[in-house]
Amino acid sequence: MSVRPAFLAEEGFPPGVKDFDFTSLIPSLRGSESGLAFTKITFMVWLAVAVIILFFLVTYRSPKLVPTKGQWLAESVYGFVRDGVAKEVIGREGIRFAPYLTSVFLFILVMNSFAIIPFFQISPNSHIAYPIILALISYFLFIAVGVRKQGFVRYFRVNLFMPGIPWPLYFLITPIEFISTFLTRPVTLAVRLFANMFAGHLMLLVFTLGGVVMLESANFFIKGLSVASFAMAIIMTFFEFMVIVLQAYVFAMLTASYIEGALAEQH
Amino acid sequence: MDLLLAANEISIRGQLGTIGYGLAAIGPGIGVGLVFAAYIQASARQPESAGFNRTWLIFGFAVVEALALFGLVLAFALT
Repeated sequence: MSVRPAFLAEEGFPPGVKDFDFTSLIPSLRGSESGLAFTKITFMVWLAVAVIILFFLVTYRSPKLVPTKGQWLAESVYGFVRDGVAKEVIGREGIRFAPYLTSVFLFILVMNSFAIIPFFQISPNSHIAYPIILALISYFLFIAVGVRKQGFVRYFRVNLFMPGIPWPLYFLITPIEFISTFLTRPVTLAVRLFANMFAGHLMLLVFTLGGVVMLESANFFIKGLSVASFAMAIIMTFFEFMVIVLQAYVFAMLTASYIEGALAEQH
Repeated sequence: MDLLLAANEISIRGQLGTIGYGLAAIGPGIGVGLVFAAYIQASARQPESAGFNRTWLIFGFAVVEALALFGLVLAFALT
């Protein structure tokens, strides 16, 4: 390694994987295995669930024909996913999946939002465990939908052995279809969400910690330039907001499109 | 000869994963550019289709982007 000033290490400047580790919130359990069950990350997950459940319970406690502000908000979130995602991608049949799509959309949205909410500043989705579970739920859902609609054998035959092509091509097509439908889909769903939140947090860390390091530099000009780094951190926070909403939407939409593929009679 | 020997002693340290991520970002970079170019062109020619195309814009963007994100994750995972 090249020579690095001591203060760089002190600020933890090149941010890395270590910045995503949190110790237990219960001091007596710190360092033990079970302590990891209650960290800042898990606290945020519980909080997200509580916020969503409370939001819908409160806004829908007494639904009125002329909606109140809260009811309007809840209805427009649900309406957006039902019309904009479920109906648009799957079609009329997709309305029965709208509750699932709305829950997954809102859950990811709230979880992602923690990335830019002050004092939280990290999204639970930047730990790959959460995106993996979310992706697995969607994965099993679209397979279950396909199997229920077309029957076990028929579903896999349509997906792996496309009808209407000469049989020698199956040697080529079947592995490709298997990998793209049953392996890449869940992996990309999970990795896309995880990597976006991971990279977003890392980017914010680079500019914020970098600004602090520059501020502590002995050189006057470098000290002054730290303003640019902090400004960049603010710009990146707005960019992060865009990514947060986009990723929640993308996850819901990809789930919908996979369900649509499972429901389709032909390939 | 001495010069050659001296050159051989230069060693570069760091993470190869960083270069890997740079390479992995080339394809998706071009791909995302094409996706957005096609969207802009389509909605410039037919403005009323912009809303309909937006869904598929996001879809194509998300699918193309995945490869670059694999590169990013592997750059951290394989160090």
